[in-house]
This record gives sequence, C-alpha cells and structure tokens, in this order.
Amino acid sequence: MSSTLVCGSIASRWALADLASSAGAQRWHLALHRVFDSDLWWSFRRSPVTVGAAVISLVMVAAALLAGWIAPHDPFDPASLNLLDATNPPAWLPGGSWRFPLGTDDQGRDILSAILYGSRLSLGIGFAAVLLAMALGVTLGLIAGWRGGLVDTIIMRIADVKLSFPAILIALLIDGVARAMVPHDAQTEIASLVVIAAIVLSSWVQYARTVRASAMVERDKEYIQAARMIGVRPVRIVVGHLLPNAIGPVLVVATINLALAILTEATLSFLGVGLPPTQPSLGTLIRNGNDYLLSGDWWISIFPGVALAVLILSINLLGDWLRDALNPKLR
Amino acid sequence: MLIFLARRLFQAVLVMLAVAFIAFALFNYVGDPIDSMVGQDTSLADRQQLRQELGLNDSFVVQFARFVGHAARGEFGLSYQQQRPVAQIILERMPATLELSFVSAALALALGVPMGIYTGLHRGSWLSQGLLGLSLVGVSLPTFLIGILLILVFSVDLKWLPSFGRGSVVHFGWWTSGLVTRDGWRAIIMPSVTLALFQMTLIMRLVRAEMIEVLRTDYIKFARARGLTNRAINFGHALKNTLVPVITVAGLQLGSIIAFAIITETVFQWPGMGLMFIQAVSSVDIPVMAAYLMLVGFFFVIINLVVDLLYHVIDPRLRIDREQVGIG
Repeated sequence: MSSTLVCGSIASRWALADLASSAGAQRWHLALHRVFDSDLWWSFRRSPVTVGAAVISLVMVAAALLAGWIAPHDPFDPASLNLLDATNPPAWLPGGSWRFPLGTDDQGRDILSAILYGSRLSLGIGFAAVLLAMALGVTLGLIAGWRGGLVDTIIMRIADVKLSFPAILIALLIDGVARAMVPHDAQTEIASLVVIAAIVLSSWVQYARTVRASAMVERDKEYIQAARMIGVRPVRIVVGHLLPNAIGPVLVVATINLALAILTEATLSFLGVGLPPTQPSLGTLIRNGNDYLLSGDWWISIFPGVALAVLILSINLLGDWLRDALNPKLR
Repeated sequence: MLIFLARRLFQAVLVMLAVAFIAFALFNYVGDPIDSMVGQDTSLADRQQLRQELGLNDSFVVQFARFVGHAARGEFGLSYQQQRPVAQIILERMPATLELSFVSAALALALGVPMGIYTGLHRGSWLSQGLLGLSLVGVSLPTFLIGILLILVFSVDLKWLPSFGRGSVVHFGWWTSGLVTRDGWRAIIMPSVTLALFQMTLIMRLVRAEMIEVLRTDYIKFARARGLTNRAINFGHALKNTLVPVITVAGLQLGSIIAFAIITETVFQWPGMGLMFIQAVSSVDIPVMAAYLMLVGFFFVIINLVVDLLYHVIDPRLRIDREQVGIG
C-alpha cells in the first residue's frame, strides 16, 4: 500500500516537471536526464564492484524470470526424466555430456535447469517477503513515530522483545507452529506462504525502527507544522509528507534485507522445514544434494550453493553501496 | 544502580512470561493435547475424565499459572515422539550444544578482535583490504554452505576430519564432554569453525569501525602530541575504549550462536539441542518445541541482562549519570 503512494508522490513531482517543459516528447528525456545526472548515478559509475554486482544481480534475476524459456530441460516434467541419466557429472568431467552442462541429480534432473527454476522461487519469495515486511514495518513505524505515547511504547516494546531473538529462530518457530496447525496434506501447497509469513514476521522490526526514528525527527519540522496549520488531515500529512521524507533509509534496509530474506528462505528449506522437494528452491536443492556429498557427487549441492552465494553476495554489495551513497556524512 | 537492576529484572521477567505464554499457547491451542495422548478408540467419557484430571477444564489463568509453575521446575511432560520426559532429553542434548557454542565464541573472539585491530590500524594495506573483502564473502556465504564446503574438502577429499557426530565423549555426571578426547577435538573443529565464521567477521568489522572512530578523537591526538609511543596509544588508549561496544555485541552474539547452532548441528549431525529442535519441528513434537523455546528464551534473557549490567560496570559515564539522577 505505502509503496504505491510513494510512487504516486514521485509521479506527481515528475508531472510538475512536465508542466515546465510542457512537451510530451521531452518527458522521457527529462526523466532519464534526472536519473543519469544524479549523485547516485555518479557514485554508482565510479564503483566498478557495484556495477559488477548490479550486472550479476540483473543477469540472475533475468535468468530466473526467463527460466521457462532458457532452461535446457523441464525439471518438473516426470516424462522427460530418465533414471539412466541420474548423477551425471558436469560436462567437463569424464562421463559428463553437454546435454547436462552442470550434471544431473539422483533422479536424472538437469542441475542447471533446476537452479534456474529454483532461483525463480527463491527470488520470488525474497521479494514478496521484503515488500510485505516493509509494508507492515513502515506502517507500524509511522504510527509509533507519529502518535507517540502509549501506542509507541507498546509497538516498540514488542519490537525490543523480538529483536532480542535472532530472526532465524523466530522464522523457525513460526514455521513450526504453522506446520502444527495445518493438516499434513495441505502443507506442501501453502509451504511458500508459510515461509513468507515466517520471514515477514521475523524481519518487520528493522523497518519499523528506521521509519519511527525518521518520523520522530520530521514530525516537529516546519513543513509538517505548516501542513497541520492549514488543516491537512493527519493521514494525508503522514502518508503524503512524512513518508516520502522518511523512506530513504528504508530502501537501504530493504536491499540488505532482500539478501537476508533469500538467505532465511534457503536456510529454512535446507533444514527441511521450508519448501518441499516438489517445488525446490535453491535451499531445497542444496539439502537434496547434501545426501550425495559423501558418495562424491558434489555437483548436486555445490552448484546451487554457488548460485545462492553469488546472488546474496551481489545483493549485499549493492546494499552496501546504497547505504554509503545515501549517507551524506560520507560524501 | 539498585533501581536499574530492579527495572531490568522486572523487564526480564516480563519477557520470560511472554515467551512462556507463546509456549503455553503452542501447547493448548495447536492441536488437541488429549488427541495426542490417547488412542483412536478412547470413549468420549474417558476423554472428558482425562481432561478433568489434567485440569484442562480449568480457567485460562489457572492453567497458565500451572504451566509457568511446571516450567519453572523444568517439567514439560512427555515428548510425543519419544515418550520420554522432555527435561531428560534436553539435559542429554545440552552439553553438546553448549560446548560447540563456547568453542565457537572463543574462536570468534580470539581471531576477530586481533583482525579488527589490525585492519583498523593499517587501513590501506593489502592485507586489510583482503580481510575486509573476505569478510563480506563470509557474511554472504550461508552457514550451511560453509559447512558443506568444509565437509567436501576435509572429509570427502582429504579424509582428515569426521563429517558428522561428536566423536567419543566422556561422562562427568550428567554432563558429557567431547573436549577431553582426541577424537572429540577432531570432531569439533569443523562445526565450531563453521559456527564461528559469521560471528568472527562481525566482531572484526565492529572492532575495525570502533578503532577508526576512536583514533580520530581529540584525546588520541593529544596523546600523540604528548609523544606517547604508538603502542601505548593504540592499545592503552584506543583499544580500551573500543571494548565497550565489543563486549555488548559479543555477549549478544553468544545468544545468536546458540540459535545458529541449529543450522550447524543439522549439517554435521551434531547431537545437540538444535538438531533436537529441528526434528521436533518436522514431527510437530510440541512439548519439545515448547521446552526448547522456553530454554532459549531463558538463555537470551540472562545474556541480555548480564550484558546490560556489564555495560554499566565498564562504562563509568552511565554509572555517574544514573547515580546523579538517583540522588537528585
């Protein structure tokens, strides 16, 4: 909810710029100019590591989105699986073939295709969890920061208690409770929803704290007082004026938390309480391959692991850069 | 100081009650406890009687109070899966987890602090840059992946270290220790390194950031102007002042080591509480889950409390403020 409203306010600023130029054709030119002329873009271009991380992230996201078209095999089609192809090594090792570039698992599934489909699932869950956690955290943080008093105390005490436990423990617990409440045969269907809920409930606090801190600073500034003075409704002040000015740090938290969400999902799946083998994410693939590690079939778990590590590392690098770039003290 | 202690204790009790409430809710509202105790063919009348005997018809408050009372004495009933008292299972599993956690914590501190000091003092050197780059990789590599890589290299390829279990253990009363046998030490190397790596990078980055911050302050400049040796400045003045946040974070990290032990224990099939919890979650063994939750909650509350008190003891500024407020 909140993110669309932010988009709305940015769009309205662009609309003002439109009025100034008043030529429709120049609109995109102007918007592009704004992006490429900004401080952010400049600091982005100057850091080759960040550019590399961005390229890798984009390639991985694109590959995951296009999994249905670019994957050499469909790992979920039982008809295409052949047990004779089981545990083939990667193509460059003796016994491997280019039909399966990264080898196959115990059921003859192509590892490369499984990674592509798996990262689609991992990324999807990561994005969904981050957006929901952001919506929940930002809403609670704004309420706490704006209202103050008892509401603030209650929300922040809950946050304190939650913060004193590691996120992975809370996610595991929520996951366990959901398993206990849902009948066994329905579990695989809602597994991804349970994982998303577990990640959201274990990660909203950071957003809430960040927004609350900014909201409390902004609350007493003149432009808010002015808005109050001319009788703007509180909801409109909070959403239209306070939120856009408090959202910057949230974006940094969100980028870093995207890596964390993907990691949490992978960990839950690796522990066997996340996504089931019928809809394998990267974590599930690693768990599956872990059983064959000791017999020497290392590629089943290592390649999905490398994909996961590269994905998380590049998102982390982007988050690190964004944090430094948005921090005026470091300019 | 006393007022502060009382307030913190009160907060700790509140947190424990909240955790107990969640555990209690788990017990009573997730599935029917009667169903998980009796067979299919038990009559309704028998069920009613059992319900009455177990006090499940009492009011909510009475039941909760009883649960807290039992929990305080360490009674959590029988495990659904193993039909043994939960307390007994946990006591068997606890030494393994605690040994692993403490060895990891010691490892993380012993390596993390010196690395942090070095990278803080020699910011430009290639070794610092390398260590920092490695630390980012260390943060991004999932714990379980590090464990798998270690197993692949040291157990499968080189066949140096065992890939699972604790090795042979020695009993000291109810405590079992793997730290007194050669076998046990060999078994603990990989799990403890896996568990320590993340905390180590965290401590290193923290010490580095704090060192850089402190070295910029005026009193360090003044110490240099007085002509003190680098050694005295770096270790006598700077390091001492970086240790306050380090102790806080290291203490709090002890708690998350216990939590992350769940992952490490699963990778290495380490027979500790974490593995027990994962097995309980997959088989919906609620008494074990509830007991683990309470125990870990208890550890966390104690750790938080001790860290808060330590903070107070170490940092004189906090003490003076409080006392003045107390007098005024």
